[in-house]
Amino acid sequence: MAYERNIGDTILSVDQISLSFGGVKALSNISFAVREHEVFAIIGPNGAGKSSMLNCINGFYHPQEGTITFKGNTRRQVRPSEAARQGIARTFQNIALFNGMSTLDNIMTGRNTKMNKGIFWQALRFGPAEKEEMEHRAVVERVIDFLEIEAIRKTAVGTLPYGLQKRVELGRALAAEPDLLLLDEPMAGMNLEEKQDMCRFILDVNDEFGTTIVLIEHDMGVVMDISDRVVVLDYGKKLAEGTPDEVRTNQDVIDAYLGVSHDDEEA
Amino acid sequence: MFYREAGQFKTSYKADQAIFTITQDKFFVGLVLIVAFCVVPIFINDYWANAILIQFLVYALAALGLNILTGYCGQVSLGTGGFMAVGAYASYKLVTSFPEMNFVLAILLSGGITAAVGVVFGLPSLRIKGFYLAVATLAAQFFLVWLFNKVGWFFNYSPTGMIVSPPREMFGFLVTGPEAHPGARYLFCLTFVAVFALAAKNLVRGRVGRSWMAIRDMDIAAELIGIRPLEAKLTAFAVSSFYIGVAGALYFNVWLGTAEPTEAFDINQSFFVLFIVIIGGLGSILGSFLGAAFMVLIPILMKNIMVDGFGFAVGAAKHAEVMLLGTLIILFLIVEPHGLARLWEILKEKLRKWPFPY
Amino acid sequence: MLFLLETVISGLMAGVMYALVALGFVLIFKASGIFNFAQGVFALFAGLALYDFIATDGWFYELFGFALPVWLGIIATMGVMIIVAWLVEFLVLRHLVNQEPIILFMSTIGLAYFLEGLGDILFGSDVKPLDIGLPQGASDYLLDNFNLYVEKLEVVAAVVAAVLVVVLAIFFQKTRIGRALRAVADDHQAALSVGISLRTIWVIVWSVSGFVALVAGVMWGSKSGIQFSLSLIALKALPVLILGGFTSVPGAIIGGLIIGVGEKVAEVFAGPYVGGAIENWFAYVLALGFLLIRPQGLFGEKIIERV
Repeated sequence: MAYERNIGDTILSVDQISLSFGGVKALSNISFAVREHEVFAIIGPNGAGKSSMLNCINGFYHPQEGTITFKGNTRRQVRPSEAARQGIARTFQNIALFNGMSTLDNIMTGRNTKMNKGIFWQALRFGPAEKEEMEHRAVVERVIDFLEIEAIRKTAVGTLPYGLQKRVELGRALAAEPDLLLLDEPMAGMNLEEKQDMCRFILDVNDEFGTTIVLIEHDMGVVMDISDRVVVLDYGKKLAEGTPDEVRTNQDVIDAYLGVSHDDEEA
Repeated sequence: MFYREAGQFKTSYKADQAIFTITQDKFFVGLVLIVAFCVVPIFINDYWANAILIQFLVYALAALGLNILTGYCGQVSLGTGGFMAVGAYASYKLVTSFPEMNFVLAILLSGGITAAVGVVFGLPSLRIKGFYLAVATLAAQFFLVWLFNKVGWFFNYSPTGMIVSPPREMFGFLVTGPEAHPGARYLFCLTFVAVFALAAKNLVRGRVGRSWMAIRDMDIAAELIGIRPLEAKLTAFAVSSFYIGVAGALYFNVWLGTAEPTEAFDINQSFFVLFIVIIGGLGSILGSFLGAAFMVLIPILMKNIMVDGFGFAVGAAKHAEVMLLGTLIILFLIVEPHGLARLWEILKEKLRKWPFPY
Repeated sequence: MLFLLETVISGLMAGVMYALVALGFVLIFKASGIFNFAQGVFALFAGLALYDFIATDGWFYELFGFALPVWLGIIATMGVMIIVAWLVEFLVLRHLVNQEPIILFMSTIGLAYFLEGLGDILFGSDVKPLDIGLPQGASDYLLDNFNLYVEKLEVVAAVVAAVLVVVLAIFFQKTRIGRALRAVADDHQAALSVGISLRTIWVIVWSVSGFVALVAGVMWGSKSGIQFSLSLIALKALPVLILGGFTSVPGAIIGGLIIGVGEKVAEVFAGPYVGGAIENWFAYVLALGFLLIRPQGLFGEKIIERV
């Protein structure tokens, strides 16, 4: 990936974050910075604390020490719904879709923070609420087109295959038009074709909308290919931070993690 | 083959998201409404009104309310009886304290009061979930019934502890009290129910309904995408209690006439409405109506078959009814947890192909 | 002061009775993850069946011409409860594997309604006095020496409850079946996948629970006769379980005692100011308070949610 992108200043800065659950220290003194419009990867062996890190950024976990600065606002803890309203969206390791609703409705929930017509207008529907609904439906349809999931618009998401569910979840995150997109193992459980599709979507999102992307991923090929910078965690501590090439050649990282050839996804 | 939608395609998002997208559906519903509003009041008599229709309407309204809370938002409530009592007693106090007040306004205000009470008792839902919430609602149920029993102000210090609905008029027709024409009482309730059903349908297909369903399906994820749980849950409680309060007010004023809290609004009432919602289908507007029709008709059918048909004692018929109810609940939960509404959907699916087998 | 003591003791005794019923709930919840709303009806049914076996105006006497002695009647009733447990598993539980807890809960409501109707039809709805030889009346010793009124029956109930708790606690912690029960409670599908026979486990659990129901039914029945209000005990057990924690056997006892004492004391001391009958809702409000402060109860397990 050697084309020009206008990577900006730091949009997310994580400073000395420490997180414990009872006696277990999930994160110790983690610090890194993510710049606007870049693709930033968090990698590390299982249990390294990667998802916990995302959860802290999201506001789902509350770290005991350290601060997170997003778009100039510094805080240690934040309510998840507030984080979302500030412009952070995410997908989950184990899909967190709303199984009782259709694809369209699921993605429409991503627009929730931008819709504000009150209960009485909603009950009436005719008039302002209808207009608002249609406006946002148009936005959601663009996301659906982008992700090529038109055919499953009205299907209940619980019945969809795994790969499609992940795509719908991405759609829901995209519908919120976030500034920062957190992706937790977006390629997990996918075959080669699905992975290629997902890579394409992620890069397109970054390219077309300029969304900053932070992703957790195990597939080394993907990480090395699409990320601008990488941070490596192990047992809750930071091992290295830098460009993919820098990290790949870092001895600590190799010892901890990259002992296995990263060609394994071609099997 | 008559129910095919082939050839009916939508060219705007608005048409795609309408309540009834299939022409046959629109036709059918229109027909039902015309019959309900124009034909039935002409032929109605006291028996039909009292034994079946008004009860059906009132319980359908209460079930709509409970469905919003439990079916759409996933907050279990066993306090329906208590909230119906709030609506009934609020309407009683309003009607007796302000005799000049428009009756419809009194009923709507009773709903509003019940909504406020509902929000208060719904506050615990922010900390406790699912099953435990059911217990909190039980607290509401028992407390409210006790309150209306003990505190004299609510029943105007009447020595019997009962409340009686005074005669009230709409457009010159009596709608409450023993002199009221059954058609008038029926139309009064029907109007409320029709308007409220439409409002409910609009709510659940819009932003608010989606946030409720998101909370129901996975509340953590809902919060993480920006839905405020406080707002969503409390609006569910508020709207639901509003509906249930209005249902309670109508129940007392138009159907019962007199009421005493331990009989009319006790825990059995809560279970009754819960059963309507389960059998009709959780999370379905149509289901609330189907379930209400079902539950109102069962005792009548049982009595007709067992007592009049086979000569059983009335008591035995009652017990058999209870057994049947229990069996049906279990059956529905096993076979079709989405209730009669889902069975209706399946029927329509079959209709699409009829008379061909596949 | 003496009055307060009597009230507290009376509350403790009522609490033991609650605890006995709550115990049955804990068992089923611990092993199946279900809150069995029908537990109260089970107790009622057990009491009705026992009465029928040992009395001279029941079906058994009509069919066979003699009534069973108490010990045989108890065994026969246990047999009936095992059959009921097996039928519940076969007709209901088997088909609801891995459904959400709320669906299971509602199915037990259906079950309760069904059994109540059945009991009404089979045995009639009049109150039946149950006399199986338990001591009646007040404890003379305490009455004479300390001027304290305590019923002997309630003391027996307390002892029985204590024994039950110990036995059950050992059962769950130390035996292979106990471990299997806890596995099933956690995750039905996972338990199946390691080869635990869900069916057998459930029949065992519901039978044991049936036994506890029998004990509870006998205790309550000896005290105030077998009557249909027993089925409403299920509703009272809920606050007990919330206080004690749904999965804790000792919690059921402690919770029962707290509720029992709390109710009595509130009724006696605060009741007169607000017109009485506080007992109807006090337990729930107390439970509600607990839910807000400590949702898992005193002894329950804290649930940590992960994304």
